[in-house]
Amino acid sequence: MSKSNGQRDPLYMTVLIYAVLIIVTVVTVYPIIRVIGISLRPGDMLHTTSLRLIPENATLDSYRQLFTEQPFLRWLMNSTLVSFTVTVLGVSLASTAGYAFSRYRFIGREFGMIALITTQMFPVTMLLLPLFLMLLHLKIYDTFLGLVIAYSATALPFCIWQMKGYYDTIPVSLEEAARIDGCTQWQTFYLVVLPLAAPALVITALFSFMAAWSEYLVAAVLINDNSLYTLPIGLKQFQSAFDTQWGLYSAGAVVVSIPVMILFLLLSRWLVSGLTLGSVKG
Amino acid sequence: MTLAEIRDNFERNRIAYFYILPAFLIMGFVVLYPFFYNIVISLSNMNLTHFRDWKFVGLRQYMAVLSEPKFYEVFLKTVLWTVINVFFHVTIGVALALLLNRPLRGRAIFRTLLILPWAVPQYITALTWRGMFNYRYGAINLWLAKFKPVLDPIIDGLNRFLQPVLGLTLAHPPYEWLSTPTGAFAAALITNIWLGFPFMMVVALGGLQSIPKELYEAARVDGASRWMQLRKITLPLLKPVMIPAISLGVIWTFNNFNVIWLVSDGGKPADKTHILVSYVYREVFNYYRYGYAAALSMIIFLILLVFGINFIKRTRATEAVY
Repeated sequence: MSKSNGQRDPLYMTVLIYAVLIIVTVVTVYPIIRVIGISLRPGDMLHTTSLRLIPENATLDSYRQLFTEQPFLRWLMNSTLVSFTVTVLGVSLASTAGYAFSRYRFIGREFGMIALITTQMFPVTMLLLPLFLMLLHLKIYDTFLGLVIAYSATALPFCIWQMKGYYDTIPVSLEEAARIDGCTQWQTFYLVVLPLAAPALVITALFSFMAAWSEYLVAAVLINDNSLYTLPIGLKQFQSAFDTQWGLYSAGAVVVSIPVMILFLLLSRWLVSGLTLGSVKG
Repeated sequence: MTLAEIRDNFERNRIAYFYILPAFLIMGFVVLYPFFYNIVISLSNMNLTHFRDWKFVGLRQYMAVLSEPKFYEVFLKTVLWTVINVFFHVTIGVALALLLNRPLRGRAIFRTLLILPWAVPQYITALTWRGMFNYRYGAINLWLAKFKPVLDPIIDGLNRFLQPVLGLTLAHPPYEWLSTPTGAFAAALITNIWLGFPFMMVVALGGLQSIPKELYEAARVDGASRWMQLRKITLPLLKPVMIPAISLGVIWTFNNFNVIWLVSDGGKPADKTHILVSYVYREVFNYYRYGYAAALSMIIFLILLVFGINFIKRTRATEAVY
């Protein structure tokens, strides 16, 4: 892994490679640093043409306002509630469905797998109108229930494929041994296979969580009541007014992004193997 | 398959159906039923005035979509959007993966920092970049102004060639990013390229690490240059890994509502900055032309299906290999 092909680069090559990597990395990271910088600006400096990374008289005032003068805490709690519910649903449903697709050659298996990929081709906007009308009919429009169901369904196809791909790499002989020792089918799955699939479960959890935590469009359509706003709709509010509240928006963006970025980076090692095994090898 | 075999298969695999049932119930509710409902709406005249008393009008809505010049304009723009984005995602992603797959000090740090755009929630990326494209206070124009003494001669030089050949003239910065159609489209493109290349980089890195080292050793013994090794070993072996990722990337980009909608604040200026999905959204939730929008959605889906059948074939082909 450490060396691609065992050859050493000549010095000028190494310098060139570093130069390219550093420039690309600076451009990549810049927008993130910039938002953090804006979130630290004092109120009278929000409209400025300064490019300083850390503003003069840096202050945490925007953060204070965000938590005390805005309903941000409410949005944060709403988003957390929705995202955790979706994660639990996503992990439990994808881990079982993925197992069935990996181990059982049942009638309709092929069809089911293809149906899952096909759903990836549906434009979200196509399902939104019927879904909106349906939820109105069932009187669960403008509730978290509707939102949770919608999010779980959009995250599931990818998660199921990803779980199936991982189960495929676990030798069947382990399950056969467990069955001989007297485990039922369910016990074999629950006690033997599931613990071995922990890395894939982590990725599935991350995907489900991010799908709900970062989703704007469905929430914008299905949620109307102020007190049910999730973070994306809330933060968009800071920008939709005639005068954008840059300090509040940036502080909110930082609070929302930092936890998922940390989570993402901690898990990125598994992400690589999960993706290449799950979605690519099929 | 005989009836007895079907029953036998069902008996043996009964538990499999229990495993998939909950997932498919939810998907049926949110995806399958709305899909068929959408077909029904697309054959009706449902809109704000005919919300409850709608009736079937056959394929009239489809004809309406296909006879509107605006549809072709937006479709062309969507294709352009998809091709440019995926092209840059793949070239940047693969190039970075090749650089990172060498014995370099600090590789892990570069890799970590370069994945960051993927980790940021998409709507935050879009709203943040929208701020950076602000004409007066946005970072982009401020930086361009800083480099103006360097950039202006370059642009003049380019124009000397571009103008006679293509009849194009490049403007000098600062640019009106969000208030002109070209500017807003370019802004959305830049934003989406930024957030999309890490996925391709990660997939390419995974692919590179699975190429057996012995191949390179053998090639070196045979005296193959690095360029030859890249062309004859690395790229061909990377292809089977990249093709499913690219297909997925095309579908995701084609359907990516967030970036174009949020960067252009709903298609501004004057509804000129749309791709098909944002165009549908505007028809539904701003103009309430339900039947029309449903027919348009079906057309988008069919376009992607034609593309996607190809994708499914390839995925199954790779499944067969492993």
